[in-house]
Amino acid sequence: MIVDSYRFLPRSFRPYYEGRGPFHGETEQVWAPFEKRLNEAKIALLTSAGVFMRESQQPFDVEREQSHPEWGDPSWRAIPAGAGPQDVGVTHLHLNTADIQADPEIALPNHLLSQLAAEGVIGAAAEGHFAVMGYQDRHLNDWREKTAPEIVAALRDEQADGLILAPA
Amino acid sequence: MPVLARWIERAGIPTVVVTMMPAVAEERRAPRIVGVEFPFGHPFGVAGDKVMQRRVLELALRVLAGAGAFGTRVDFDLEWPVPLREAYHAWQPAEPSPIVRKLIEARRGSNA
Repeated sequence: MIVDSYRFLPRSFRPYYEGRGPFHGETEQVWAPFEKRLNEAKIALLTSAGVFMRESQQPFDVEREQSHPEWGDPSWRAIPAGAGPQDVGVTHLHLNTADIQADPEIALPNHLLSQLAAEGVIGAAAEGHFAVMGYQDRHLNDWREKTAPEIVAALRDEQADGLILAPA
Repeated sequence: MPVLARWIERAGIPTVVVTMMPAVAEERRAPRIVGVEFPFGHPFGVAGDKVMQRRVLELALRVLAGAGAFGTRVDFDLEWPVPLREAYHAWQPAEPSPIVRKLIEARRGSNA
């Protein structure tokens, strides 16, 4: 079965995604071999759903996006492995966020991943996962220069062996 | 998001992208891809359906750990359990996003 990548996309949006080719300067193959066994590996998650910790973090800046429609907040949030639906908020102007708010695991399955670690399917779940807000300006300069290096540094601190990214 | 995966992979950390638009992730040259034919906002499935979410997560782990080469794509073989018309409307925000509003206004302007 081959997934229809445009099944749920409004037809008028399709030209913004289809046939655009690689991102500028990002054509060559990049490959980091996964060398451990899964049951010895530490795994982290990343969502672009705009999830944040209600008590301790600022929401993503959707106020500025309202006045600057081509801009999206390029920052990131660390989401602790134990965070539950009552702990997280969701800011994303391009989605109905009700289902993510009700069950954040559909975007960031941190409890399921911890369960797989407890069962020995994976070695460990990262202590901290990652959230960004997926709507970004098309040049991605802030993501390239700041967000990506910071996430890489955090993954190295965790000694994570792999990352599952889920665009919202 | 596929570009973010590339930057992280380039730093030496293996990645897999779980996405509703696997064709776009391929064009953007993500190293490992799991395709899901789910509405936006639901990469791991239906809210509350832990069996479905676990199946997607396990597939992502298998592709992350077991893909043999750059560009590996595996699609998840499950149809969204809500009729298309209903699911198509349900994922969209109540108000158009700022950029969509701007595009609609521009189109109106050019038609005037």
